[in-house]
Amino acid sequence: MNGFRRIGILRAAPGFTMLLFLAPVGAGLIGTWLPAFGIFPALGGDEFSLAGWRELFAYPGLGSALRLTLVSGLLSTFLSLALVIGFVASCGERKSFQALRRLIAPLLAVPHVAVAIGLAFLIAPSGWLVRLVSPWPSGWDTPPDIATVQDPYGFALTLGLVVKEMPFLFLMTLAALHQTQADRRLAIARSLGYGPVTAWIKTVLPAIYPQIRLPIYAVLAFSLSVVDMALILAPTTPPPLAVLVLRWFNDPDLSMRFVAAACASLQFGIVAAAIGSWRLLEILVAKLARSWLTDGRRGGSGGALAPLFGLAAGAICGLGAMSILGMAVWSIARRWRYPDILPSAISLDSWMRQGSSILNAGLNTLSIGLAAAAIATILVVACLENERRQRVPSNGRAIWLLYAPLLVPQIGFLFGTQVLAVHLNLDGTWLALVWTHLLFVLPYVFLSLSDSYRNLDERYVRSALCLGASPGRVFWRVKLPMLLRPVLYAMAIGFAVSVAQYLPTLFAGGGRYVTLTTEAVSLAAGANRRVAGVFALLQALMPMIAFALAIGIPALLYRHRRGLRGIA
Amino acid sequence: MRSIQTGIRQVFIGLICLLGTAAAGQAQTQGETLAANWEETLAAARGQEVYWNAWGGDERINAYIAWVGQRVWDDYGIKLNHVKLSDTADAVSRVLAEKAAGRTSGGSIDLIWINGENFAAMKENGLLFGPFSEELPNFAGVDVEHKPSTLVDFTVPVEGLEAPWGMAKINFIYDSARVKTTPRSIPGFLEWAKANPGRFTYPTPPDFIGSTFLKQVLIELAEDRDELQKPFTSDERFAEVTAPLWDYLDALHPHLWRKGELFPANGPAQRQLLDDGEVDIHISFYPSEASSLIATDLLPDTARVFVLEEGTIGNTHFVAIPFNASAKKAAMVVADFLMSPEAQAEKQNEAVWGDDTVLAMSKLSNEDRQRFDDLPRGAATLTPEQLGATLLEPHPAWMTKIEAEWQQRYSR
Amino acid sequence: MSQSRDGARDEARDRARDGSKGRSEARSSLALRGVSLAIAGRPLIAPLDLDVNGGEIVTLMGPSGSGKSSILACVCGTLDPIFDTTGKIFINGQDMTGFPPERRRAGILFQDDLLFPHLSVGENLAFGLPRRIKSRQERDARINQALVEADLEGFARRDPATLSGGQRARVALMRTLLSEPRALLLDEPFSKLDVHLRERVRRFVFDHARAEGLPTLLVTHDPEDAAATGERVVEVQPAMVDNSPASRPPQKNHEISTVDHREVGIIKKLSL
Repeated sequence: MNGFRRIGILRAAPGFTMLLFLAPVGAGLIGTWLPAFGIFPALGGDEFSLAGWRELFAYPGLGSALRLTLVSGLLSTFLSLALVIGFVASCGERKSFQALRRLIAPLLAVPHVAVAIGLAFLIAPSGWLVRLVSPWPSGWDTPPDIATVQDPYGFALTLGLVVKEMPFLFLMTLAALHQTQADRRLAIARSLGYGPVTAWIKTVLPAIYPQIRLPIYAVLAFSLSVVDMALILAPTTPPPLAVLVLRWFNDPDLSMRFVAAACASLQFGIVAAAIGSWRLLEILVAKLARSWLTDGRRGGSGGALAPLFGLAAGAICGLGAMSILGMAVWSIARRWRYPDILPSAISLDSWMRQGSSILNAGLNTLSIGLAAAAIATILVVACLENERRQRVPSNGRAIWLLYAPLLVPQIGFLFGTQVLAVHLNLDGTWLALVWTHLLFVLPYVFLSLSDSYRNLDERYVRSALCLGASPGRVFWRVKLPMLLRPVLYAMAIGFAVSVAQYLPTLFAGGGRYVTLTTEAVSLAAGANRRVAGVFALLQALMPMIAFALAIGIPALLYRHRRGLRGIA
Repeated sequence: MRSIQTGIRQVFIGLICLLGTAAAGQAQTQGETLAANWEETLAAARGQEVYWNAWGGDERINAYIAWVGQRVWDDYGIKLNHVKLSDTADAVSRVLAEKAAGRTSGGSIDLIWINGENFAAMKENGLLFGPFSEELPNFAGVDVEHKPSTLVDFTVPVEGLEAPWGMAKINFIYDSARVKTTPRSIPGFLEWAKANPGRFTYPTPPDFIGSTFLKQVLIELAEDRDELQKPFTSDERFAEVTAPLWDYLDALHPHLWRKGELFPANGPAQRQLLDDGEVDIHISFYPSEASSLIATDLLPDTARVFVLEEGTIGNTHFVAIPFNASAKKAAMVVADFLMSPEAQAEKQNEAVWGDDTVLAMSKLSNEDRQRFDDLPRGAATLTPEQLGATLLEPHPAWMTKIEAEWQQRYSR
Repeated sequence: MSQSRDGARDEARDRARDGSKGRSEARSSLALRGVSLAIAGRPLIAPLDLDVNGGEIVTLMGPSGSGKSSILACVCGTLDPIFDTTGKIFINGQDMTGFPPERRRAGILFQDDLLFPHLSVGENLAFGLPRRIKSRQERDARINQALVEADLEGFARRDPATLSGGQRARVALMRTLLSEPRALLLDEPFSKLDVHLRERVRRFVFDHARAEGLPTLLVTHDPEDAAATGERVVEVQPAMVDNSPASRPPQKNHEISTVDHREVGIIKKLSL
């Protein structure tokens, strides 16, 4: 009886997950689109109207905002992808590949905001890089008056996005390489006389591209609609579209919400159009490259490309690492004036004085992150276990649904989600926060865990069943312990994703829940680097600790179990 | 384009007012009974949790608010949560949205740090609880005689709907080690900027310091300053009166930091620019802030202050309680504590914040007066005489429209 | 561990086993009645009838893809539901069709030992031991006894990953035997072992299966395995090597192959 009921729950897992997941996104989109067309009864909008759109298009800064959004979003996605492909293709067999691989994983754990804050200091005209060469040999007694941060073209924002998105695409590519047995393809092509880079592009890229397509679209959608990084790195007059939306949503003149809703809908349209265009471009490139693939050109040794891409990828990672380091130094700085390379006075004051804020924000971050990561992991495992037991083949379409919250711009539906939360009387509650975070945590947990889970040798399970163990016992005693490392790793990823959430925290938390991220953003706006350094560093450390635990706990538990090292 | 918006707004505000009058009336009576018996209020406040929405862009102010949180916890058993805002308008928007959603109690904000146009907007829309402030025990010490802005906020009568907290007055901080001459007037600023290209800027309006700088320009260039004390009579009149302001800014911007294409987010951001050597002048709102910034190692000890010959804008900042606050009694206790000599002296301490008190020394006990006399006085702090005349804030209607107009003109 | 020592142990164990308890008096049996497999409507295996007595080892042979492993999965109840099956499976005369694997008690060994890598050798064995045996002492005693039988005394706390291939194979068998199976299914269990090790492990497994009186079904593509049983061999033909009729050579309906001098097994019918 009990067994049957449990199976019932397991079978409901995918449906339940999708509902939990898609309902807020769907309701959020509708709740955003309706006000865009004048329907918002709470504000007295009962009739269809294009007033919001008219006012949006009358906004004089719209053109600049649009250009800024498109340049930073498209350029950063393109650069991240080009760097990853160029680097993996040209340096795949070199030592630098392994070195970068080790450097990139922690960088992936660092939240966007922490990178943005650090980068802003690093590349500012009075920042660390300029200080390294000033006043000698640059001759800059006072910093040059050049906009290297918040520049009108959005290059600083683009750079910040590349620093964060390149590691993500790199790790996704590594996973795809593993799945497509790229080394064998490469070996065969090389034995046929192809140069390494050409061999990679002709035989490996076509196989891995479909595997990294969804992550690329997610990067594209994110970069086009990023808010937290833009608040720090993008110009303000005007800001990119997503920041404009946020600004208008918060306008004390509530009628501006109709304009905000219209702008959020425009944002959604831009992301949809960008993904559509990218897809068309893919098809075009695939068509054009078809004959090139088989024209027999072997390509050279690619000797010049390797140092180029190695250097570029290394520089991006170096910027990321220095950003965090800079914030670590600021957090203990007492006086650090231009052009000093290091602080002239050191103190722990910034940490001491912020004790209670750190504790409050830290505990909120921790509890929300752990809850969201744990719930996401349980749901994902339940779905995967159900898939295994029902032997449903994994469905490509379901993956797209799962990806929905990553492909739909946050600013495009969070407002509507907030309205839903208000109706359920959940706004500003811990539950609403966890739920909202779950939308973004779950896809990453699923991405991270599904391959390991599906790749576990099914014969272990059969053996255990044939030894007389019930399916439940097999799950708890065999599968879960064997998959402990990937499960914990997926949880750590989920936790890191939760820690990094800015906009969802802002919307669902109703301002009452302060996390390290919201704190860091508000402090960064005030440019108080000493305190922003404390929060940026903590924000970066928390996910790193989670990853260390996710790797350390199984390593410790299974330190005498050599056979488990291969499974992950 | 604003006309459509105004139309929607009018419909909406009508709706709000309709909803609001009932609640406001109710709040009024509540305020009287709540403040009537202070002992009962204290008892009821114990154990309540207060969400104080206050601009959170300055580390020193945040630290002071944390100190207040510790003190009200120790003395009154109130748990104070500082909700750090990047713009006070966010809080106004939230209360307004809660009202629109029909949430007349159990609101998410208990206390707001507020003044000027945000106060005017909340008062106009019936979003405030009270009157309560004049019945708070510590209000007796407020210098209502010599500091009239504690009763009239940006020309709008306070009427007990907000409790005075601190006195602000525009002043300018520079590094005397690097800068030898400073402007003495608004036209002087333009000359100075031309002579020192890229070395001056002001925070992006609607940041309160940026907006106040615009008002300073407006007042100094206006032919009839009294007109600014009332709402503008027509859009045409607004255009006429503000024309000198826009001409001035058009002339000034090319000589500003980043050629006037980018402005710092707020005061602390500009302070950082000064310390980084990117600009030479920081606009401050607190007369003792320069000394405070030196004391907290945020500026070099060569930092000094200058003001303008014709005086600078000064005002009072307050705390208010939204009509639907969840913990009104505890919020009142906090508001009262903020006006206490202890809290006011701590706030004025340059090692803490350096924000001038709203209290009258003459109304304090010797012991309490001693608290203020004992405060350190940094080399960068000007005497009240040196600080010069205080210009009155214009009516909020001017400010709201100037901020919108600024966005139209310079954010494109 | 050197192979020669392994061998020495095998022999020592063989001697020890001669005196071990055989469950021959309660001989069990395995029967397949009209078992057939199809996938997506296309038959893989025509109805198969097979009787395996306790202590008997019947070999199913055939090239890869012929579905012989699927027959084993069908017997122990872990067959992928994409297969359509008909027919009935009896263990000890009891109809097991439709029972979940854990209630069939048909032990299976694969070509990989599949020792759980997160458990020690002793814990792996304990996993096989039925819950019925509750007392800690008795469980430990049974595990130790099994280790002795596998000539691995004192290996209880070892990490299975540190064992040699032959040792792991023996632990895997002991784990299966401890679960008190009523039939033994061997899915190419020797194919990954070195040639000289294969012979010893094979003898170890066969001897134990016979001593326990288990009806045993062996799937292999190695004629040597089949020869080593010295018993019946059933040849399984692939149903579909290729889907296009043109490229498929005509196939015989029946193929009987004698292996060694022994009795010759049944028949594999093909239908399309």
